[in-house]
Amino acid sequence: MPTAGVEFAKVSFTPDGGPSILRDISLTLAAGTTTALLGRSGSGKTTLLRTVNGLVQPTSGEVTVHGKRANQLHDVQQQIALRRGIGYVIQETGLFPHMTVERNAVMSLELDGRPKADLEKRAREVIEQVGLDFDAVRSRFPWQLSGGQRQRVGLARALALDPPVMLMDEPFGALDPLTRSEMQEMFKELQRQKKRTVVLVTHDLGEALYLADRVIILDNGEVVADLAESEVASSGNLHVKDYVSAVHHLIERL
Amino acid sequence: MNFFTQHAWEIGRLTFEHLWLTVSAMLFAVAIGLPLGILLTRKRRWAKPVIGIANVIQTMPSLALFGLLLPVPWLGENAARLAIVALTGYALLPILRNTYTGIESVDPELVSVAEALGMTSWQRLRNVELPLAASVILAGVRTATVICVGVATIAAAIGAGGLGELIFRGVASVDNGLVLAGAIPAALLALVADSLLGWLEKRLVVRRA
Repeated sequence: MPTAGVEFAKVSFTPDGGPSILRDISLTLAAGTTTALLGRSGSGKTTLLRTVNGLVQPTSGEVTVHGKRANQLHDVQQQIALRRGIGYVIQETGLFPHMTVERNAVMSLELDGRPKADLEKRAREVIEQVGLDFDAVRSRFPWQLSGGQRQRVGLARALALDPPVMLMDEPFGALDPLTRSEMQEMFKELQRQKKRTVVLVTHDLGEALYLADRVIILDNGEVVADLAESEVASSGNLHVKDYVSAVHHLIERL
Repeated sequence: MNFFTQHAWEIGRLTFEHLWLTVSAMLFAVAIGLPLGILLTRKRRWAKPVIGIANVIQTMPSLALFGLLLPVPWLGENAARLAIVALTGYALLPILRNTYTGIESVDPELVSVAEALGMTSWQRLRNVELPLAASVILAGVRTATVICVGVATIAAAIGAGGLGELIFRGVASVDNGLVLAGAIPAALLALVADSLLGWLEKRLVVRRA
């Protein structure tokens, strides 16, 4: 029995006066595996992801990260400790525009009050880990980088504290196809070096199959498909078939 | 022109008084408006009523406000004190409103990234919200300063001094030279303050693309 990395127990979320976004979701994501969340816009995948680091507080139910409760933390220090253990990568806008690449990358260490020498050392490590030349980019601002470079710095920032859990919300969505596939390779390599518990929100079935061990499809706040990556192609599940045939159509048109 | 050279000393003194009134009022207005604006972003329920009150002060005719404050015990005793309080009231709205909107309009994605990195509310304010809102806040300070320089001329009506003294004297004695001797330096003060703060504001804009 693999240990649980992230566990959702009957998680529901209904914003004040709005319709339900998550309905009674129960899932156990094994530690050290990558899980892809697929679904249409508005299906609740980003919201589910954000319950893990407490950016969204579920209306009911419980979220556990490596055995520790992750929701309804009333103690600020506990909340911060949880978040320090979870890397968070989002599409495009995530870097602070007024900070250099170096400061962006090791912001979490700066918040920890680490000495300056540590910051620089770690910044060099993570920036090089994501395939950038530290001396060339360290003092640049996000607007001086290409989209791919920005996304690499975003990834470096999430890796800075070497967290056991990573939340990635369409991390490669805004990139051109070539850069995207480079980034996917890099992600694979990072996972080979150290198995983290990754939750990956994506629109792209190909990306999900390539990067994830498990694929979950959400629709209207509910889990409508949940299967291992290897089962996707042969699945009889209608939601899965929709995705698979959409990919086939695309290939046929080529 | 002759008048200017003859009264250089007096114009200088009144300009200094004018500056004194404006700068003191601005310091008070920033000291109140900035923290209050920040507080409102943390207690959004209060934003509408508080900004509403500042709005009401702003819409009162300045002469009427000076007159209304005259009978107030401690304030009425000293004209400059009263003028500074009234000017602070006028400067408050732009600073308060721009601080609030500036921080509220920081990209919510960046705010959530800041939270996800484990920033406390104070760290988020210092590292993310204030730097990104700085140019908007400074635009408010700039507007408030120009308003203050203008309204401070009215303060002469209650004997608080400043360049308004020359204007009021000029109006009373139908002497255009005297009016201009007050009005031109006041206008120059406003222009200089506006362009200095405008320059600073541009430097604080964060480039995004």
